[in-house]
Amino acid sequence: MAYDKFTVLKSTAVPMPIENVDTDQIIPARFLKATERKGFGDNLFRDWRYNADGSPKNDFVLNNPIYSGKILVGGKNFGSGSSREHAAWAIYDYGFRCVVSSFFADIFKNNALNIGILPVQVSPEFLHKIFTAIEADPKAELVVDLPAQTITISATGESESFDINSYKKHNMTNGYDDIDYLQAMKEDIKTFAAKSMY
Amino acid sequence: MSKIPATLFDKVWDSHAVRKIEDGPDVLFIDRHFIHEVTSPVAFLGLENRGLSVMFPEKTFATADHNTPTINQHLPVQDPLSANQLKALESNTAKYGISHWGLGNPRNGIVHVVGPENGITLPGMTIVCGDSHTSTHGAFGAIAFGIGTSEVEMVLSSQCIMQQKPKKMRITVTGTTGKGITPKDVTLYIISQLTAAGATGYFVEYAGEVFEQMSMEGRMTVCNMSIEMGARGGIIAPDETTFAYIKGREKAPQGAAWDNALAYWKTLKTEEGATFDKEYTFNAADIEPMITYGTNPGMGMGITQRIPVAQEAGGSAASYEKSLQYMGFQEEEPMLGKKVDYVFIGSCTNGRIEDFRAFASVVKGRKKAEGVTAWIVPGSHIVEQQIREEGILDILTAAGFELRQPGCSACLAMNDDKVPAGKYAVSTSNRNFEGRQGPGSRTMLASPLVAAAAAVTGVVTDPRELI
Repeated sequence: MAYDKFTVLKSTAVPMPIENVDTDQIIPARFLKATERKGFGDNLFRDWRYNADGSPKNDFVLNNPIYSGKILVGGKNFGSGSSREHAAWAIYDYGFRCVVSSFFADIFKNNALNIGILPVQVSPEFLHKIFTAIEADPKAELVVDLPAQTITISATGESESFDINSYKKHNMTNGYDDIDYLQAMKEDIKTFAAKSMY
Repeated sequence: MSKIPATLFDKVWDSHAVRKIEDGPDVLFIDRHFIHEVTSPVAFLGLENRGLSVMFPEKTFATADHNTPTINQHLPVQDPLSANQLKALESNTAKYGISHWGLGNPRNGIVHVVGPENGITLPGMTIVCGDSHTSTHGAFGAIAFGIGTSEVEMVLSSQCIMQQKPKKMRITVTGTTGKGITPKDVTLYIISQLTAAGATGYFVEYAGEVFEQMSMEGRMTVCNMSIEMGARGGIIAPDETTFAYIKGREKAPQGAAWDNALAYWKTLKTEEGATFDKEYTFNAADIEPMITYGTNPGMGMGITQRIPVAQEAGGSAASYEKSLQYMGFQEEEPMLGKKVDYVFIGSCTNGRIEDFRAFASVVKGRKKAEGVTAWIVPGSHIVEQQIREEGILDILTAAGFELRQPGCSACLAMNDDKVPAGKYAVSTSNRNFEGRQGPGSRTMLASPLVAAAAAVTGVVTDPRELI
């Protein structure tokens, strides 16, 4: 599924300073039963967000109206565990376009990039600065500039650059995906497959 | 002419790179693609939306496992959403001519159990599946890892995915493990040392006597858990144990093809002097039966130890406290003697015949503890058959246990096998995340021996006292 182009995102952010946020928390397995990619945002962080009776847990950040925005800021090792792309779908469907952390699990990072969510890895120090800025002002804005590969805290002007390979960057800024690329090289793949021993 | 010594991982990866994109990923050719009902339907939908077809249907194999009930599999599946996913897998595979071992098929079972036991998984292959525990297949000297649904669509439509080549790590465990120490303890020990993120970005080769002496079932358990320390996958060089396991399996090469394959497989090892980005060495003598006390698989300890205090555990103290609070445990408490409500043996981690043999070795001549609910779930029908043929079922029945039907079951609790909120489970599966085994459930990961000891005593018990 091709997705919207990503260039510069200026937004407030939702802080979640918890380490090892695994994909079972992002979307519990019992909500993976759909055969279409629809409505996963409703169950984003389901068991942290809602009580068993469906009432919201008031102390959870997504239920706190002072925090909002298109950027989710998580603790170290965000997205560990299951490979379920549903976790990335839920984050996207809820309205996030960028996740910031000091460390991402590999599969989650790939899944995010494949559906048009930008994972931005920052230093632990810069992550701390972001959390501090949002704590001081829940409406603090972050600017994620993909072409320049920088993330900036608007209020303080503090900025850090982040890594992304030029292939993925090109894809995201243009809204292409890997399937488009692979379809364009099918002849090479056929030739390769003909030599395969399996 | 001197040549840079290559690792096993490099040999397999590089021989599958159709193209290397500068400052980008490699286009990696995939030899085997496994699919199941949960992570494939949206990929098939994607094919339809783009008007694409399946490029090599004979390289993809489907089984139903995540959603399936573990009792009354002959009846229609009651949960309409699960039934709908199973139906989608059946119709999608039929439409594109993909092999499908659905519910009731004698080859059906957990994808990472049925692949190897039917000879679909072979050394030197690249193997992917929309499931993070695909790392299991690395036990055969294959590069195997979990992927997302977009990547499932890539493999279906082009037999390739685009992957950044991971860094390389080698973990060597020297010496010999003691009595009552299983492959699960070895892997939980390694993860407790490296943490749940300690191998993120790496592909891990396991080396040393402990793995050389291990059965294929044990190697699969170890490679399976690689993802729990963040690794993309684990790999073990194929050897005589590997070849003996594969030979004669239904889809394994035969005759001249076997001889050719074998000659190639024997070259699949890391050369002397090859370098890794990171190396760890552990001593088998330091490994005890392990159990986890927290909410990620890195939070494991020797069963006779005390729960670490936050500072010793590393990481953020707040996250550590949140985790212990969820479990209802305190720093410095012993784990021995803690009450156990549920015991689960099964999953792609410990659902193979050797695991049930181990479980039976402890429960033999004993009785299931009052108040413990035990779910004994074989990884496949073939494993179930072995359990019957070897007399393990008789031992289980005499001890008051019931055998269920194959599937992922309580490992991720997508079906009805859910641990109720607040209850404690000793589980041979792979994840102790919050709510993993049902909303509010509390999971302690352990080996089949520790699970058996808990099942007959009703509390966390050192299995070495019972064997």
